[in-house]
Amino acid sequence: MNEDERKVEYTTVSIPKPLANKIKERMKGTGFSSVSSYVTYVLRQLLSSIESEEKSTQAFTKEEEEKVIQRLRDLGYID
Amino acid sequence: MIQPHGKTLINKELPKMEKENILGEIEEYYRKSVNPQTTKVIKNIAFGVFSPLEGFMDSNNYQYVLKDMYLENNVAWPFPIVLDASESETQEFGVDDSIILMGERGLPLAIMNINDIFDYEKKEFAQIVYGTLDRNHPGVESVYNMKEKLIGGEIFLLNEPAPIFPKLDLKPMETRVLFKQKKWDKVVAFQTRNPPHLGHEYIQKAGLTYVDGLFINPVIGKKKVGDFKDEVIIESYQALINEYFPKDRVVLSTFETEMRYAGPKEAIFHAIARKNYGCDHIIIGRDHAGVGDYYGPYDAHDIFDKFPDLGIEPIKFRSFSKCSKCNAVVNDKICPHPPEMQNYFAGRDIRAALLAGKHPDIEVMRPEVAEVILRYENPFVE
Repeated sequence: MNEDERKVEYTTVSIPKPLANKIKERMKGTGFSSVSSYVTYVLRQLLSSIESEEKSTQAFTKEEEEKVIQRLRDLGYID
Repeated sequence: MIQPHGKTLINKELPKMEKENILGEIEEYYRKSVNPQTTKVIKNIAFGVFSPLEGFMDSNNYQYVLKDMYLENNVAWPFPIVLDASESETQEFGVDDSIILMGERGLPLAIMNINDIFDYEKKEFAQIVYGTLDRNHPGVESVYNMKEKLIGGEIFLLNEPAPIFPKLDLKPMETRVLFKQKKWDKVVAFQTRNPPHLGHEYIQKAGLTYVDGLFINPVIGKKKVGDFKDEVIIESYQALINEYFPKDRVVLSTFETEMRYAGPKEAIFHAIARKNYGCDHIIIGRDHAGVGDYYGPYDAHDIFDKFPDLGIEPIKFRSFSKCSKCNAVVNDKICPHPPEMQNYFAGRDIRAALLAGKHPDIEVMRPEVAEVILRYENPFVE
């Protein structure tokens, strides 16, 4: 594998300069080292809050759940 | 209930017929033996404890995780989960081949579809994950003992390895159904590798006060010399729960994994696993998963600030102690009294009493817990 392939990939997103300047001001004293790292953090936070509102895609079938309940009974976790 | 990490609870069990077909043709596959630690990783991937991982990391995910603590698909993950192989082993198979991972006593554990074979720098791995190259650190030492190549790819379980404590071995799907049955919406996890003293009990009960249930989930598996043996930890918790906890509010179950002693990064890993079990809070104490003085006492608290999208919330506890003036277990936020009035549950004092065959101070450890430990001639890993 060459050096380029080993690098974690990034892409560039354009934001208005005044917004970037505002972020720079906001970043002061926060420990973030760049506008990029700050924006990455904020976007992750935003996406996470949207996703946590969505319902879980995980659904157990009735049959699977019954099987698990029986095992939990056998192990003494439920009566 | 909280969603699994990455939104889907992974299940890598194969349908019975497919499994039988593979096992019937096993002689045709290259068979690679794996150690007990990797066996546990396979089981944890297969049953979704490590969701969203579906196998061992390829070079892309390895690099993303190492550099950014996020997987390629932008899901938080604190350190690489990898499978090492020797140079000579990798002459026997290539990318796009399937191999069988063999456990102890020749048990075929899983089939692995290899999608990457790559080199890595041990120094880089150790330095980034553990923050040190000191080989006295058990995590660093195990990196240096790894073979020279890494192989990545999805796995599918062929046989489930036998659990160490069969009656306490719950998979994420089972804990999720259990919590639902108990009507627990909010669950706090407690990670441990020690028998409980009163300080532990205090933070467990403090955490439980604000949620529906407490999930006590000791790490079972390879530990360093001098740590408590697994059976001592389990039996001492059973004694504590029997006498001092409301039974309908606590679940004790094991988490079979090796301790890496990666401090703050391991705290994130512990949180992710408990999120997959269905917990939306985790108690993080002082020097969580630390060893020696490689990490600051609250590094494992601070690291959570870097992950706004983790989902599971840390309940951070700083120091806790028994205050002679308050006559209660307290923490530094709620007690105004000076250090000389505090008993800090020092591990070395507890250990010294136990090694001398004596019960530790009753204000430090419940007599029922001490009784269990003292039943063992040597309660520590040798």
